[in-house]
Amino acid sequence: MTEQITSFTDRPSTGEREALIRAPVWLRKLALRFLVPVIFLIAWQAVTALAPTPSLPSPREVVDSWLVWIFGPRLQLQWYSGTWIEYVLLSLRRVLAGFAIAATAGVTFGLVLGWYALIHDLFDGVINFLRAIPTTAWVPFAVFFFGIHETAAIFLIAFGSFFPIVINVAGAARQTPRTLVRAALMLGTKPRNIIWRVVLRAALPAIFTSLRLGLGLAWVLVIVSEMLAVQGGLGYALWSAYQFNRLDLIVAAIVSVGCLGLASDKFLELLSMHALKWQRGLTGR
Amino acid sequence: MTENRIVCRNLTKIFHGIHAKQDVVACEDISIEIQPGEFVTVIGPSGCGKTSLLYMIAGFEQKTSGMILVDGKSVQSPGPDRAVVFQEFALFPWLTLRQNIEFGPRERGIQNDVMREHVNSMLRTVGLTAAESRYPHELSAGMRQRAALARVLVNEPKILLMDEPFAALDAQTRSTLQAELGRLAKLLNLTILFITHSVEEAVLLGDRVLAMSARPGRIIEDLAINLPRPRDPTSPAFNEYRRHVDLLLEQATRTAADTETTAN
Ligand SMILES: Nc1ncnc2c1ncn2[C@@H]1O[C@H](COP(=O)(O)OP(=O)(O)OP(=O)(O)O)[C@@H](O)[C@H]1O
Ligand SMILES: [Mg+2]
Repeated sequence: MTEQITSFTDRPSTGEREALIRAPVWLRKLALRFLVPVIFLIAWQAVTALAPTPSLPSPREVVDSWLVWIFGPRLQLQWYSGTWIEYVLLSLRRVLAGFAIAATAGVTFGLVLGWYALIHDLFDGVINFLRAIPTTAWVPFAVFFFGIHETAAIFLIAFGSFFPIVINVAGAARQTPRTLVRAALMLGTKPRNIIWRVVLRAALPAIFTSLRLGLGLAWVLVIVSEMLAVQGGLGYALWSAYQFNRLDLIVAAIVSVGCLGLASDKFLELLSMHALKWQRGLTGR
Repeated sequence: MTENRIVCRNLTKIFHGIHAKQDVVACEDISIEIQPGEFVTVIGPSGCGKTSLLYMIAGFEQKTSGMILVDGKSVQSPGPDRAVVFQEFALFPWLTLRQNIEFGPRERGIQNDVMREHVNSMLRTVGLTAAESRYPHELSAGMRQRAALARVLVNEPKILLMDEPFAALDAQTRSTLQAELGRLAKLLNLTILFITHSVEEAVLLGDRVLAMSARPGRIIEDLAINLPRPRDPTSPAFNEYRRHVDLLLEQATRTAADTETTAN
């Protein structure tokens, strides 16, 4: 009996106990997440070991080429040695610059477009027409206009990811609950400030969704424009690797793009969780 | 004549449907005069146009015909002189309870430390100090209703338009808040238009009770309640008033049923 009591008091506090119970669950989740990729890698390695073909590199070869690409010495005319960090930074910078323009313009214009009926009637047709043109169709125009230059890539990224943002934000702005607008008006908000005090805040969940869509598109467009319009960057590496017949480097570049895309999306997700913490317990299950 | 705070004259509101057949006459030919400091309660069957009337005075809905004057000026748009407590609360879901109450003072550019003091005392008045950092969806319906009341009272409005503000409260909280509202109304010389479904509440709070007919809503009686305050709902005189209003509403609902059947 006494033993029971002592063991009871010796137990960790509720918080610690929960942490102890949770840790394996957390670990299990992490393990589950990596299960499929690991099986895939093992299978890939097995296939290349059992039936080696010159055209299909093994995971080992990919990693080796990748290490050279990252840490190798910088050599004249050998883009695949020691340039990885520079290329990553180049692509990242283009995405950030283009996306920042698209996000600022898209959110601002989307709110105005959704909220003011006159602006909507003026621009809706034009925007829908421009949206119907695939952004890749603008590549020749951009190169013709800006030349093989950073601005061409940034223009394409900004222009392309602007549309999903503007359309979604405008849609959300139009859905602003009327009672909240009225509540703000009767509390003394000036009609011209409603768009910032109420519409923006009410549309914020949709704004974050649209930003994540736009960011995804920005990564697509940075690869396209680096393949076609500018030098350096992961898209440039992809295309050059293709021309040199280096599937190992193609794979390394693809995985690099995937990791960067995932990381930048995760960043936006964290930002949105912070900005939308009022929604916790309001939506979903 | 100009001493009236709120004047409605021959006020009519029609909501237009897609087809002319679907037009809804929400209020018809409503004339009211409310003096400063008066507490007027409105009672009527559901859907008779009480909210529509309130929204027209608030400036949210455009009137179809007639006239609305507040302090002698025609009402065109909403403003902080006419505070509204909505039937559905309408707290901002992205602001905490405290930030919701601070919204009005901030918009009017009140100094921070002055505002904080006002908000603190308002939170105490409605008994929500402990919940100040919670978001509206984390509050009970009764707490939300009190928050909506606090949010407008902190602006010290002259006119308070309330749409069934105590409907979601338990009896105890309701009678506390009714007493508090009565006290504040006299203290701040508030002019109040108060919609309710409860006959007892209408008689308990109102200097006058306006009874409305079923749709199209008209005012069928404007009844002055000549009882001293605080009122005792169990007194014979109170019950006399209550019975009278009950009867009026019963008639209003019955005629509504009749017109429905003849229309079909
Ligand atoms: N925006 C609107 N568009 C069309 N019809 C409306 C609108 N708002 C209200 N109505 C109609 O006008 C009539 C009166 O509505 P109102 O909300 O004023 O009733 P109420 O007296 O407040 O009812 P309750 O006591 O149930 O709240 C109803 O028939 C309703 O369907
Ligand atoms: Mg109503």
